[in-house]
Amino acid sequence: MVPAAALALAALAALASSAAASGATDDGTVTLADATSAAAPQPARQRELLHLLKQDCGSCHGMRLTGGLGPALTPEALRTRPAESLVATIVSGRPGTAMPPWRRFLSEAEAEWLVARMLMGDVDVPH
Amino acid sequence: MFPTRGILAAAFAAASLCAGVSAVPASAQQLRGTGDLGIVIERAAGRVQVVDTTARASLATIGGLGDLSHASVVFSRDGRYAYVFGRDGGLTKVDLLRQRIERRVMQASNSIGGAISQDGRVVAAQNYTPGGVKLFDAGSLELLADVVATPGPDGIPSKVVGLADAPGGRFLASLFDTGEIWVIDAANPRAPKVEKFANVGRQPYDGLVTPDGRWYVAGLFGEDGLALLDLWHPERGVARILDRYGRGEEKLPVYKMPHLRGWAIAGSFAFLPAVGRNEVLVVDMRDWKEVARVAVAGQPVFAIARPDARQVWVNFAFPDNGKVQVIDTETRAVVRTLEPGKAVLHLEFTPRGEAVWISARDDNKVIVYDTATFAPLVMLPADSPSGIFFTSRAARMGF
Repeated sequence: MVPAAALALAALAALASSAAASGATDDGTVTLADATSAAAPQPARQRELLHLLKQDCGSCHGMRLTGGLGPALTPEALRTRPAESLVATIVSGRPGTAMPPWRRFLSEAEAEWLVARMLMGDVDVPH
Repeated sequence: MFPTRGILAAAFAAASLCAGVSAVPASAQQLRGTGDLGIVIERAAGRVQVVDTTARASLATIGGLGDLSHASVVFSRDGRYAYVFGRDGGLTKVDLLRQRIERRVMQASNSIGGAISQDGRVVAAQNYTPGGVKLFDAGSLELLADVVATPGPDGIPSKVVGLADAPGGRFLASLFDTGEIWVIDAANPRAPKVEKFANVGRQPYDGLVTPDGRWYVAGLFGEDGLALLDLWHPERGVARILDRYGRGEEKLPVYKMPHLRGWAIAGSFAFLPAVGRNEVLVVDMRDWKEVARVAVAGQPVFAIARPDARQVWVNFAFPDNGKVQVIDTETRAVVRTLEPGKAVLHLEFTPRGEAVWISARDDNKVIVYDTATFAPLVMLPADSPSGIFFTSRAARMGF
């Protein structure tokens, strides 16, 4: 998993620089820096979210997020996608595709936290 | 090889042979058939259990099968070998009697299932990446042919879904990204001939062959309706059935695609999962018209008939995946709602249907129910179980 770890680090660096470049958003959304620290869900909820990602997102995207009927969600595959658009896709779905809205099951802040974890490739469900 | 002497002879000779046979594995010392055996997928652990539906017990656990999310299984026609198709493209041939991996090949990077030919000689895998169908020798797993799918709008070969075997040494498949149905004639598996039907509808997501081998039906995700091909008369082309069955109604978000394989036929009626609706559609196969809808507890994933076709059992997509409902096919009413456990992924009837095995992924268990009384009979521990497959599939078309 060395290459994945290296890519995860690269993704993290890209994330940090994009967050720095865009600065604090003026529409009140939580920045990604927050999502990985202050706004992180409680540990029990983190487990639920990672379980949801692995099992239920995994229905279409693969249990290891390597893709299925839906595209791969690995750090490599997501590298060129802005985090905000990934969050919007999770929360609101993508009309015209098989991607449904998930807002019934998680908040936008939780989606932001999950996207940050996906971009880092750090998605194992803790025991 | 397996001992060929009879049990009686073995018994008479047991004392004197005892030392001589000590090197033979215990499991090989007892002759048995495979008609009551099956496979339970442990999806997260990359393992399968070999199970016995008479003893209602697990006989063995076999590991090393890779990523088994969405794994599916077909059986050799002697019922001895299970071909397990893994998500990561692994194709593993498991010996149910010796309870070990016989052969294993990595045949794609993202796969979704497979089928076995009418004569049992060819195993076909349907792949997402690279999109296409690959044909293998069922004995050696040697690659015989690579049928590459039509490129989609992005130039990448389409994902292939709904692969099924059909009479005449054929395989049927649907192309998700390009909206095609393919008839693959594998009579010469090293040089298969492909007949392509285009514009069958948007985003076919799965397909099935009816138990008599005559009809191929592909479910459409991108529009309401199904695509139908008469395999007795492919020259008549693909017809649309149940066109716009949900006209004017808002579809619900779909959190898991329904499956059509292993579908439910009761008399001349087919029970099909509706897409984006909490309904099972009842279709009269004589004219392929909708005759009823059964309201159920969620969006159906599998609707499967008990082998005598008196009942159809249904499981559901997230977030209603803790329930299973039973439809009486005569009254078309839900007669029972069960809650076997968290995240019910699959169910499989014993060959003649006195019992059904149900996997509850998040409760790490398989529950066996009596289908007459609905009483739970036994619970078997399993690590994130998903698909359950019994060897009786070996003798069924489209399974």
